[in-house]
Parts: sequence; structure tokens; C-alpha cells
Amino acid sequence: MEFFRIQKDIPFMKHALVFNVISLVTFLLAVFFLATKGLHFSVEFTGGTLMEVSYAEAPALDKLRDALGKEGYQDAQVQNFGSSRDVLIRLPNREGMETGKVSDKVMASLNALEGGKPELRRVEFVGPQVGKELASDGAMALLLVIGGIVVYLAMRFEWRFAVSAIIANLHDVIIILGFFALFQWEFSLPVLAATLAVLGYSVNESVVVFDRVRETFKKKRGLTTPEVLDHAITSTISRTIITHGSTQIMVLSMLLFGGETLYYFALALTIGICFGIYSSVLVASPLVMWLGVSREQFIQPKKEKQEAVV
Amino acid sequence: MNRYPLWKNLLIGLVLLWGLIYTLPNFYGEVPAVQVSSGKATLKLDASTAIKRVEESLAAAGIQHDGLFADVTSVRARFRDTDTQLKAKDAIEKAFNPDAADPSYVVALNLLSASPQWLTSIHALPMYLGLDLRGGVHFLLQVDMKGAVTKRLDATTGDLRTLLRDKNIRHAGISREGAGVVVKFRDAETQARARSVIGAANNDLQLVEGQDGADFKLTATLTPLAQKTIQEFAIRQNIGTLHNRINELGVAEPVIQQQGLDRIVVQLPGVQDVAKAKDILGRTATLEIRLVDDTPGALEGALQGSIPPGTELYSERGGNPLLVKKQVVLTGERLTDAQPGFDGQTHEPAVHLTLDAAGARIFKDITRENINKRMAILLIEKGKGEVVTAPVIRSEIGGGRVQISGRMSSEEATDTALLLRAGSLAAPMEIIEERTIGPSLGAENITKGFHSTMWGFIAIAVFMCAYYMLFGFVSVIALASNLLLLVALLSLLQATLTLPGIAAIALTLGMAIDANVLINERIREELRNGSSPQAAIATGYDRAFDTILDSNVTTLIAGIALLVFGSGPVRGFAVVHCLGILTSMFSAILVSRGLVNLIYGKKRKLEKLAIGQVWKPGV
Repeated sequence: MEFFRIQKDIPFMKHALVFNVISLVTFLLAVFFLATKGLHFSVEFTGGTLMEVSYAEAPALDKLRDALGKEGYQDAQVQNFGSSRDVLIRLPNREGMETGKVSDKVMASLNALEGGKPELRRVEFVGPQVGKELASDGAMALLLVIGGIVVYLAMRFEWRFAVSAIIANLHDVIIILGFFALFQWEFSLPVLAATLAVLGYSVNESVVVFDRVRETFKKKRGLTTPEVLDHAITSTISRTIITHGSTQIMVLSMLLFGGETLYYFALALTIGICFGIYSSVLVASPLVMWLGVSREQFIQPKKEKQEAVV
Repeated sequence: MNRYPLWKNLLIGLVLLWGLIYTLPNFYGEVPAVQVSSGKATLKLDASTAIKRVEESLAAAGIQHDGLFADVTSVRARFRDTDTQLKAKDAIEKAFNPDAADPSYVVALNLLSASPQWLTSIHALPMYLGLDLRGGVHFLLQVDMKGAVTKRLDATTGDLRTLLRDKNIRHAGISREGAGVVVKFRDAETQARARSVIGAANNDLQLVEGQDGADFKLTATLTPLAQKTIQEFAIRQNIGTLHNRINELGVAEPVIQQQGLDRIVVQLPGVQDVAKAKDILGRTATLEIRLVDDTPGALEGALQGSIPPGTELYSERGGNPLLVKKQVVLTGERLTDAQPGFDGQTHEPAVHLTLDAAGARIFKDITRENINKRMAILLIEKGKGEVVTAPVIRSEIGGGRVQISGRMSSEEATDTALLLRAGSLAAPMEIIEERTIGPSLGAENITKGFHSTMWGFIAIAVFMCAYYMLFGFVSVIALASNLLLLVALLSLLQATLTLPGIAAIALTLGMAIDANVLINERIREELRNGSSPQAAIATGYDRAFDTILDSNVTTLIAGIALLVFGSGPVRGFAVVHCLGILTSMFSAILVSRGLVNLIYGKKRKLEKLAIGQVWKPGV
């Protein structure tokens, strides 16, 4: 079996401008949604209480809401979750409330209701001070990833590659966030982890292409820079698709079998993988071209040892 | 050229064997067990005698066990089923804690790995499951460090007053103002005298002289070193107190750890009654002994709204109002023990308190000066006080042994003792994060995580074998060995496996196949360009190596960033992710190459590789 039977190098770079316009538009859309709708942060970031209770028979949500309203939790969000028998309750933190005890009080008032007794499945309570820390830690982690990758790529390749790779892949991150803002999917800690993992993962995609670019520059004389890039992309495209396909199989499996907790995690990865292919191949390469990469940067002076040629 | 030297093959074989051994315990599952550990800080469990006692008590009750194990802090017995386990727990409980009201040992239900002894003895244990997989409660508690310092300042205020009185130095008032204690004097001479006296008696204080109108002032603040010591002590004491409280719950493997400077993590696996756990933990109370203001008319006045200065209005547990002086006589720090019991003469239920030496001295003075007056024992919870009990002082009490009795049932005595003991926290604490996972959800999470990984793996395996034939099969073996090594490493390190951790296993596998795809594509390309099969294998692996290294390092950078800054679920993800990248480097490059070498390395005249169809342009 061989999926990709490519006779000649595909002239990707001819359409470089088109690709960049497409990504610019998606990027701007993502920024727009982030700015207008904002992210729907999970309890971990905002602080508050999240409870998951399960009933033997589907309860009337209105009654639950009323009961909680009477207890003073008018701002409680009560919704079904997974099935009609599972209920998710969200309570924001409020000043002066004995935050640590909210879940006990809610359980007590739910137990007091007529009808089936609920089983407490999960409670997550996060105080206000923790949420702020998580947000700043997340930002720090992002900075560390960006810095680390730029330095490493600049060392192994060239600064032009480092800069293009990180721009291309940050644009993936923004697009993932844009999707989460547009559909108001819940942005939780695992989603943050997935987003950062995607960043590392799609950079590795760019690395594979850049590796080829370097090799082609060294091996083949007389090709123009766009031709070199076309050749590098064409010769790695089969591997790119297959690798991403395999990773996506795993992620799809998580999406299908992983349940609610892993759902958004897998969703973020899915978006990341799809846009990762696109951006690392079709965004990073034109960027490298426009930053003025050329053969001379890879032909080392003669005194360099032969083993430097890979 | 496609042969590994013997040592390399052996090395790969040994590593895989090691992986297999350390993965094994995960397949045995768990059996019910009963765990005995010490319930008191003062009581040390002697493993050899304890194991004998457990054995004897089980034999006496006619219960069969499946093995006894002892480690430094506990003795565990395995049982065939949960029925036997419950019966055994009762029997052991009776043997170890003859006085149920005052248990010296914690006898708890637990689950133990069913893996054979030889595995346990080489420290091959099953993976340590996080709370989201096994169910339980996780708390993050914030210690109020400012509160600890303020408390010390309050105590200092009292100390200075006593000191100046003892030394016959007349002052014009002592009060705590902000982060310092201010002492006022009428003249400069007294001020200087006081300064030398205080400086000699207390080297935790920094003294600054000043003037306030006609008064001479001396402001005492705690030195930075003293503040640091107080904070360190506060967190240590709180952790100790939490240990005691959690022992009351009888949890098998509680985790109580300091996190950062001022936080404590508490994890209680398998705890079902969350409300009770939180109730006992969340009693973030401090204990204070103060005098009751019995001045006639004062209470009535206070009830009408004019509370006399220096006093506060509280209500007793029965509901009667009580006017309590603000000055703190003793705090929970001075209390070393509180036990329920009975009065020696009247046989009424009572609570016996033990004070440390300094506490005993203060208590003696106070009781001598206040006979027939009442004192109040208060629990201060988050700034709100509750009077636990307000007994009348009958006589001077020396020696630090105090008994509170009268008007309480034995149950109340037990409760009060527990409250008093638990109340000796050095600084107030607050729950700032809670995560509770019901046991059924935990089991579901395991199944979900396992299924995601399994189906993903199968799908990838089928695809790889179909697309790359034998080389695909080799890649799948490499991927499987990656999984094996990762699980072995997680088991060996006893890193906590959470649901995001399982997701990381799945994701790492999905990403690890990349290396093998790179290699296989490279080999195909070499064949396409006309290389001989043997040369294609060699160059394919060599060329792919650099790319694999680069891409793994960038992924690792992201992983490490998550590890450094992540907390909770993110950290669980990051640990597995990072380890997975390392094991995947080994298995994708060494294991797969080793296998390919074993298959093709000896064939001199190799015509064709089973790597699927290699399409050549223009053919």
C-alpha cells in the first residue's frame, strides 16, 4: 500500500500568499471571538464549586433549582450532564460565604427534597486565590514553552526557522482558543495541558520539514529557495499525514471512549492536530521564505568537519 | 552492517525484561485488607509484636488470612473477600483497642495488591492511582500565616505586661497596634529601663523608641527570623494536628504534605463520608482559654448593646449568653492532650486536660487568683468564637493536669476532648480547594481511560501492519514495548497516575508512532532511490535519528514547562508525557532497530524488504 504517489514536487510556495491569507483570516476570526465572547473558564480558573450528583430516576431540574434558591444559592446553575439522571451544579464563589462548606449544604438540601436521594459523584471546589494562580502559572508555562523552543531551534537550525515555527504554532494555539470561545466549550486545566502539548507537537512537525529543507539545501545545488521548500514539503507529506493520522486515531479513541473529562481535552487536541498540519507545513514554510532563508546559511565554511552534514 | 553487537541485544533484552517485571504487579489486581497503624504520635508501632498480635487475634476469632505484611509504620493483613475483611477488622479492633472511647491504634479497611511476595520484595508495586481513579477526597488548605504572627503578638502583649509587673516597671498602657506591640511610659528613664529588661528577656523582639505627645513609647516588633520560625512552626504543628484528626477518621493511606510555604495538601483515598471528613478537617479552629467577666450587671448591659471594653459577648453551647474577657490566658499551643474520662469521685463524665510546663505555671497563677470565678474555653473558627465549655474554678490547680466535669454526657465529653485536641492548631486554616470523587466514578474513569488507550492502540496497530507490513509489525512491537516501559517506570517511581495521566499515555503512544513512521518512510524513500535493501535500512535509521531527536526535544520542552508550572491534573499529565517521550526514544529507535536487525541482519543476499509496496515515480 502506498497512499501518496507524487510524480513531481508540488508547487506549494506558488500559493504561499493564499495560504498566509487563509491563516491570517482564521487567526483574526479567532482573536475576534476571543475578544467578543471570551473563554468559558472552568471552576478551576474562576473559583467556585462544581458538583456532580447522580439520581436513580431523572429528577426535575426546576425543583432542584428552587430548593437551592431557597437555601440562598439563586445563582446556582443546574443542568443535566451526560444523561438525564446525572446533574451538574455550579456555584460561583461569593464574598463572605463559607466557601468550603457549600457542597455539604447543597447536598443536605438535595437530600431533604422529596423523591430519590442523589449520590454524590464528584465535587470540585476552588477558592478564589487558587484560580488566579492557575491563570498566571498557565501564562508562565506558555512563555517557557515559547522561549525554550525558540532557543532550541535557533541553536539547531537558524533563527529564521525558530521564529517561523513559533509564529506558525502560536497561531494554532490562538485558533484552538478561538474555537473554545466561539462554541463556549469549557476551558479547563486538561484543555490547557492539551493546548501546550499541541504547541510542542506541531513544532515537531515544523522540525521535520525544516530538517528536510536543510538537507536539500546541502545536497542539491541549483534549486531556488521556493523549489527547495516545495521539495522538502513534498517528500515529507506522506509521513506528515500518516503520523498525524495515527495520533488522531488515538485522540479519536479518547474522544469516543474517554467520557466527559477527556472530551474537551481530546477536542482541543483534534483541532490542534488539524491546524498543526496546516500551519507547520503551509504557514511556517512561507514564513521562512519571506524571512530570507537561503543556501548560503547552510553551507558551512570548509573547516567545519564533515560529520556536520546530516 | 545491520547487526547489533551482542551487548546491545542483551541490553535491549534486559531492559524489556525489567519492564515486564515491573509492569507485572498491575495485572494482579487488589484484594481486601485490614491495616493497623499507630493512632497516637506518642505511640510507636513495633512491627514484630504487632504482627504477632494480629495473628493471635485472627486465630482466636477463627479467621483465615492470606498473608501478613509489616512495614515501618503499619501492619497489613490480606483477606479472601470483603466479608472476611469486615469480620477481621472487628476482631483486630477489639484486640488492639480494648477501650473503644480511647483508641490507640487506627484499624482501617484497605486494598492491597494481590501480587506475589517476590515482586513486592523487589519493590515492584502496582501504579499508584490518583484520587480521580480510586475515589476519595483531596483538600488544599491555606494556613493563615498572618494569623499565626498576630497570635504570637497577642501572647507577647500579655508576656510583656507580666514581665514589667514582675520587674516593678510602671507603664502607661500596653497594646497591640498593627504588626507591633506598643508600650507607653511616663518618663524616659522608665522607658530605658524597660528596654533593657525586655531586651534581656526576649530576643525575638526588635525595639524602637519613640514619643507620642507627652508619652514615651517603645514599639516592639518581631524580628524577621522570629517570624520565619513562627511560620515554620505553625505549618509543622498544623500538619501534626491534621495527622491526629485524620487518624480519628481511620483512613488507610492518608497523604498530608506541605505545599509551598503556607499550604497543606490532604488526600484521603477511599473516604466515602466526605461531610464527616470535612467536618473534622474543616474544624480549622484554634483554642483559647479566657476568663469570664462576672461583674454584676455587666452581662445585662452587654445584652442591651453596651459591651464593656475589653470583653466580648459569646453564647454557651446551651445558648446562655456569656461575657468573656478579651485577654487570652492560654492558647491551644500550651495544651498537650485532652482525653474523655470520668471524675474520680462523682463518676460523672469528664474531660482531662494536660498542659505543658509554661501552661501549667500560668494556669496555676490564674486559678489561684480567680477561685470561684468562671473561665471559658473557646474554639475560634475563622474569627468566630464558640464557647466549648465554661467551668467554674473551684481551687488552685497546679501540675498542669486539669479536669473539666459536670453537666455533660459521656458522648459530649468525647466530643469536647476531640475538639480540644483538634483545637490546638497553631494557625487558622481554610480549605481553598476541594476535589471529591465518588468511588463509582473512579472505577468508571479507569475503564474509560483504559478503553481509549486500548482501542486507539488496536486501530494504530492494524493500520501500521497493513500499510508497512513486517516493518509495521516491528513498529507495533516497538510501540507495545514503549507502553510496557512507560507503565514499568510509572510503577517503579510510584508516580501518581490520574485520568489526565492515562490520557497522556494514549497521546504519547499516538505521538511515539511518529518516529517509526519517519523511519519507515525514510527506508521506502531510500529503496525508491535505488538503494539496496540493507543500505536502505541503515541509512533510513541513521537519517531519521536527527529528526526524531529534534522533534522529541521540542515536545519535551513543552512537557517540562507543564511539569514546572502545572498543578493538579496538569502535573499528572505532564509527568507521564515527559516519561513517555523518553521511553519512546528508546523503543522507537533501539527496540525497532534491534528487531529489524534480528530479522534481516544475517541475510547476505536480500532482494526485498517487507515494508509494503514501494511505488516508484514513472513506473
